[in-house]
Amino acid sequence: MAKYRLTVNGSEKTVDVDPSTPLLWVLREELKLTGTKYGCGISACGACTVHVDGVATRSCVVPVSLIGKREIVTIEGVASSPLGRAVQHAWVEKDVVQCGYCQSGQIMSAVALLKGTPSPTDKDVEESMGGNLCRCATYVRIREAIASASRQIKGAA
Amino acid sequence: MFASIRLLTTVFVLALFAITISLAAKPDRVNTAAGLAAWDQVYSVLVSPRCINCHTATNYPQQGDDRHRHFANVVRGPEGFGVPGLNCMSCHQESNADSTGVPGGPTWHLAPLSMQWQDVNDRPLSSAAVCRAVTDRSKNEDMDGPSLLKHHAEADLVLWAWNPGRRPDGTMRTLPPISHQEFVAATRTWVEAGTPCPKGR
Repeated sequence: MAKYRLTVNGSEKTVDVDPSTPLLWVLREELKLTGTKYGCGISACGACTVHVDGVATRSCVVPVSLIGKREIVTIEGVASSPLGRAVQHAWVEKDVVQCGYCQSGQIMSAVALLKGTPSPTDKDVEESMGGNLCRCATYVRIREAIASASRQIKGAA
Repeated sequence: MFASIRLLTTVFVLALFAITISLAAKPDRVNTAAGLAAWDQVYSVLVSPRCINCHTATNYPQQGDDRHRHFANVVRGPEGFGVPGLNCMSCHQESNADSTGVPGGPTWHLAPLSMQWQDVNDRPLSSAAVCRAVTDRSKNEDMDGPSLLKHHAEADLVLWAWNPGRRPDGTMRTLPPISHQEFVAATRTWVEAGTPCPKGR
């Protein structure tokens, strides 16, 4: 076991865990931030996506020992930025969610996409969101919501 | 009398000149042969999975000893670092994550397309073709021989090939066919021979 000081959604948290523990389980089990989901455990589905220093990161395969001083943002904190709020608003507006299990990961990847590419093409969306799977196949509405969020942030700029 | 001495002197000087040229020429031939033999060793490393999996000619990296397409729809992206929502660093951290089986190293990324060592059908290029690419300064980020040697000796992602960590099933990833020390020694011999490349396509 080892102690790690993490910055999660702007707050400092200290956890005492095995160094090999994936960040996902530190968030869910130690910090009770259960919005981030366990899907496949091998970074193949994207349900566990969080931001680490702004990079969309698969928290199920990153041991807590490799996080260092980088800042973590989860679905619980993503609305603290105007872009995160715009994406969440678009998700509600387009009624994207069906079962909802994958959607926190979808939103985190969409925010990272729009941060790097504010006006994404269809190809940009396919490539950036290609690692986020949805068993309910909400892909069409996800694409519409990303386009809507893109228009919102351009309108606000 | 004087004429004979001058003739003998001329013959002696010419013979000395010929011997000098012949002695000077022989080591070059040996060096080129040694350089080509050393290049064979270098090539054996470059086309091993730990290296060539990220020197693709396609829009995606490969993984595993069978060099299959990277899973999870990972793509190259404009700079070889993936795309905003699916970056190499989305999974690959600054070092190997042996508990989850994800390899890692500083600035994990694909080699540029100019440094592709395989064709679009994922077949490794020939020794001659890889050698031409590696020595073409318009393709290799302007590296001359000494820079190539330094790259092979010190670059983080080159060094990673000999410390590739564990697979998700806990077993160790396979290593290149020769040690890093042998790889650097072979590169040095090849560079000192003037980076000769095999003939052919």
